[in-house]
Amino acid sequence: MSVLVFADSSDGKFKKSAFEVVSYGKRVAEQLGTTVAVVTINASDVSELYTYGAEKVLTVSNDQLKTFNAKVYTSVIQQVATEENASVVVLDSSINVLHVAPMLAVAMHAGYASNVVALPSEVAPFTIKRKAFSNKGFSKTIMSTENKIIGVAKNSYGVHENPVTGTSESFEAIISESDFGVKSEKVEKASGKVTIADADTVVSAGRGLKGPENWGMIEELAEILGAATACSKPVSDLGWRSHGEHVGQTGKPVASNLYIAIGISGAIQHLAGINASKVKVVINTDPEAPFFKAADYGIVGDAFEVVPVLIEKLKAFKAA
Amino acid sequence: MKILVCISHVPDTTSKINFTENDTQFDTNGVQFVINPYDEFSLTRAMWFKEKQGASVTVVNVGNATTEPTLRKALAIGADAAIRVNASAIDGLFVAKQLAEVVKNGGYDLVLAGRESIDYNGGMVPGMLASLVDFNFVNGCVGIEVDGTAVSLVREIDGGNETHSSTLPMVVAGQKGIVEESDLRIPNMRGIMMARKKPLTVLEPLEIENATAAQSYEKPAPKGAVKLVAADNIDELINLLHNEAKVI
Repeated sequence: MSVLVFADSSDGKFKKSAFEVVSYGKRVAEQLGTTVAVVTINASDVSELYTYGAEKVLTVSNDQLKTFNAKVYTSVIQQVATEENASVVVLDSSINVLHVAPMLAVAMHAGYASNVVALPSEVAPFTIKRKAFSNKGFSKTIMSTENKIIGVAKNSYGVHENPVTGTSESFEAIISESDFGVKSEKVEKASGKVTIADADTVVSAGRGLKGPENWGMIEELAEILGAATACSKPVSDLGWRSHGEHVGQTGKPVASNLYIAIGISGAIQHLAGINASKVKVVINTDPEAPFFKAADYGIVGDAFEVVPVLIEKLKAFKAA
Repeated sequence: MKILVCISHVPDTTSKINFTENDTQFDTNGVQFVINPYDEFSLTRAMWFKEKQGASVTVVNVGNATTEPTLRKALAIGADAAIRVNASAIDGLFVAKQLAEVVKNGGYDLVLAGRESIDYNGGMVPGMLASLVDFNFVNGCVGIEVDGTAVSLVREIDGGNETHSSTLPMVVAGQKGIVEESDLRIPNMRGIMMARKKPLTVLEPLEIENATAAQSYEKPAPKGAVKLVAADNIDELINLLHNEAKVI
């Protein structure tokens, strides 16, 4: 019995969530009194993972895995889990991994807990805390199966250094043509933009901006902060911004360190989608806007006056 | 084409979330239940297939009798038949196994569901179901076209979209984009009247042991009051974000 972590990478590089799940997996292994192994697929440099406790890294390199395929990735992770005799598999909550996790659970006859926000409070019975009700509640869940899949919610446990002298070895996965029942034909991605999923900071704006022509200052503010841009549901429904930017209950979830809401009143559905963010700032003309109840910092004021000043001051702050 | 749409019965998005029975149960008191919004996007796409390509549409839910009004609403929107598997949904794997039985016995070509339910947010039933019945699976779908058995799909990825090709039979978990918000349908009186006459079959569940069980619930810790900063004192906001919150 051991713990296996899948450290996902994109174009060969790890994201922060990979370090978060490795940190988590190392601690779970300690709780269980066992070892942790990490599997990577087409990652270029795995030595970074040792900083977070990866004792053993199994690297899978294969051109057929260059483009993500959920069923094939599921099979590869399962093969490594079998080889390592792993009974607990720790995964992150990226869009691709959320595609893999339920299939892996069936393949491994495992229970699966998603949206997990903390280490197990007990390991016998195996008890974890997960988010539910769109961030409006938590559930303490007992996993009773021998094999367990744990999906760690993004930016919930955090990245914890735990340096070890790790080793890496390559793993030859068997790739079966019959697993390519779903084929990738085309990937369209905005290049050079920070994505909402990866961003430490998200700058989001709503109907208070009055029209799509006014988003220049939002993009400028985001650029200074190295942030992703997002918007409220009405804004994407009106076609002012693309659907890909819609954050909230039926849009993309946000779990950033800093979330800045400009001209967003804070409907309950919007708050449910962004509540996992650590620090929330609201700028709104209406002091009665519900967002003020959910925010940590607030400015009652007109975005068209406040944001340009904020941009200038932040530029000076960053330059200092 | 035979389509099955999996429908979750969830609290309305504006519901206040409370727990009862010593924090072991979700408090349904005063809560309005609706079709899970993600499932509703997929159901609406299924209606498109029915009207444009002659598909038949059955909706299914795993739940006790209290979920029937939600299934009737799906019938009023235009589904042809409904199935309720008479069991409380204990966890994702339990539900997926019950649905797998319905899929195997029903000869469905396309199973549509939502990316996640807005109550327990597991996001696992569609993928588990696909694996259990060995159908092709696409998650987070924002576009689907079917031509014979060939399927073209668009899936949302971080920072963009990915186009896939696949073949029926398939399980597809949809979200906003598979249809637009403006395409969603409110049942009209005729639909509601017709729904009463459409078949709603109740099936007894398979006996399955659950893999996970919620032992108790808690609400997020109450949040401190917002710190207001004057609109003409942006320096103070930057100071707070840098020195107190340490996020810039």
